[in-house]
Amino acid sequence: MKIRIIFLILISFFIFENLIAKTENELVNKISKNLRCIICQGQSVYDSNSEFALSIKLIIKKKINEGKSEKEIYSFFKDQYGEWILYDPELNEMTFVLWGLPIILFVFGGFLIFRKIFRN
Amino acid sequence: MKKNIIYLLVFFIFAFIFFIFLNGLNESKKYIPKQVKKRFVVEFSSKDLLSNKKIFSKDYISNDKFTVINIWSSWCVPCRSEHKYLMSINQLYNVNLIGINYKDKEDNAKKFLKEFGNPFNIIFIDKNGILSIELGAYGVPETLIVNQKNEVIKKFIGPLNKRNLNEIKKIIN
Repeated sequence: MKIRIIFLILISFFIFENLIAKTENELVNKISKNLRCIICQGQSVYDSNSEFALSIKLIIKKKINEGKSEKEIYSFFKDQYGEWILYDPELNEMTFVLWGLPIILFVFGGFLIFRKIFRN
Repeated sequence: MKKNIIYLLVFFIFAFIFFIFLNGLNESKKYIPKQVKKRFVVEFSSKDLLSNKKIFSKDYISNDKFTVINIWSSWCVPCRSEHKYLMSINQLYNVNLIGINYKDKEDNAKKFLKEFGNPFNIIFIDKNGILSIELGAYGVPETLIVNQKNEVIKKFIGPLNKRNLNEIKKIIN
């Protein structure tokens, strides 16, 4: 009986540990998918196996173990390498055309459609 | 007549696109965004390559001198070409030259220094590249100039050349 209990505890311990490792890896993957591998062409850190990307993945892992949140990790890389490293650009004076143009086109297109409907 | 104009137009458009692409071939593929924010060197620690003792960056980045941080590796070919410039940077009197040995084998790094000379005051070992990333580096070789306030005032990506050396001299003097 005792052996069974110890066995059960051991099994549950291993499962639990695997679960933690899994979620940590998933978070590393998620963050590295949102970071651009700056020295590669058109690849994310997740996709790349360059020395640069490998080191970045290690740092992400290290920061997660230090208890840093996802947001803090992104802002760390942004401070180091500038906004270019993030795949999700912020809205600021440099990127307002990027964010604004689709909305302007959408409104303009909507305007054209409405005009056509009301004319008919 | 109209057909000819269309052909001519198509030809010119293709020629235009061709020259744009041709021009793009010669341009550098590396896009380095402009640094908007002031960057300061974070404190780091690692082992010294030569003595194998644990060392801290704050002991070597001083307040009365400029610090030049060079990231190098023995397997990096361009590092060989810039080495002579590092040797002459070390000759400047108010400079503290720190080396970061990037993802290298210790024996190879020591051999490299024996062959080409050691310009560095101290060399931090960066086994897995974490230190370099924390300094905001892209790869090897790379050189950062840090002023007395611990601020990174200039960054050279790729091997140093004569022009870079003059620029460094100008900044420091």
